Amino acid sequence: MRVTVRLFARLREMAGAGELVRNVEPPATVLTIWRGLVAEFPAMAEYERSMSVAVNADYARMSAPVRDGDEVAFLPPVSGGHDEAGSALSRGSVR
Amino acid sequence: MPVPLVAVTPERLDLQALVDALPSGEDGAIASFTGIVRDRNVGRRVLYLEYEAYEPLALKALARIIEEAREAWPSTQVGVHHRTGRLEIGEASVIIAAASPHRADAFAACRYTIERVKQIVPIWKREHFEGGDVWLEGATADPDDVDARETALRTACA
Repeated sequence: MRVTVRLFARLREMAGAGELVRNVEPPATVLTIWRGLVAEFPAMAEYERSMSVAVNADYARMSAPVRDGDEVAFLPPVSGGHDEAGSALSRGSVR
Repeated sequence: MPVPLVAVTPERLDLQALVDALPSGEDGAIASFTGIVRDRNVGRRVLYLEYEAYEPLALKALARIIEEAREAWPSTQVGVHHRTGRLEIGEASVIIAAASPHRADAFAACRYTIERVKQIVPIWKREHFEGGDVWLEGATADPDDVDARETALRTACA
């Protein structure tokens, strides 16, 4: 079955694309898709504990089932809104 | 086209349009918050910011937040718009307006909303500064995290 993978921010840069299409054998969960991605892009593994995931644009868990045609998104820790002066949340990469 | 109560947009934000979009009731108070791009962060001279969103989920998360605020302060109406794309120093990244019969509720709902935006809305910020750039990473987004919601409530009511 075909699954669309959406990646954002640093995860998107690690993959070199914000959207990937992958063929996976059913039955699959979000974790199945994630393991496939980490095999392709090992540096992504550092996000396993801090990221969130979504299936079809709704927050989900790693154990959620994935079906043919689903969109699975992997989301680094979020940083929208507005920060107080001096807040040190720059856990991202300085290049 | 009517102005929606929640929006994620590359267009410049308009606080007055958001205030005007709030359903008018017996409001005695409107509180607002505008987040502005600063020229410094942790000792770095910031050149500009880039915001990236997972738009469909960001809209749902914003809608959830204003619903949470209405639950916590029942007679209060809240709207929130978040900007995406490249933002220059001094531009607004997020605007929030809260209308209520009472100013305490309007202030609290406004504060609650910005705290929750930072917790659960899938938007990411990349800071371009003198000498490089960095993705900033804050909270692991989990809308069902009760502790995070409690923290936002406590901050709002402090």
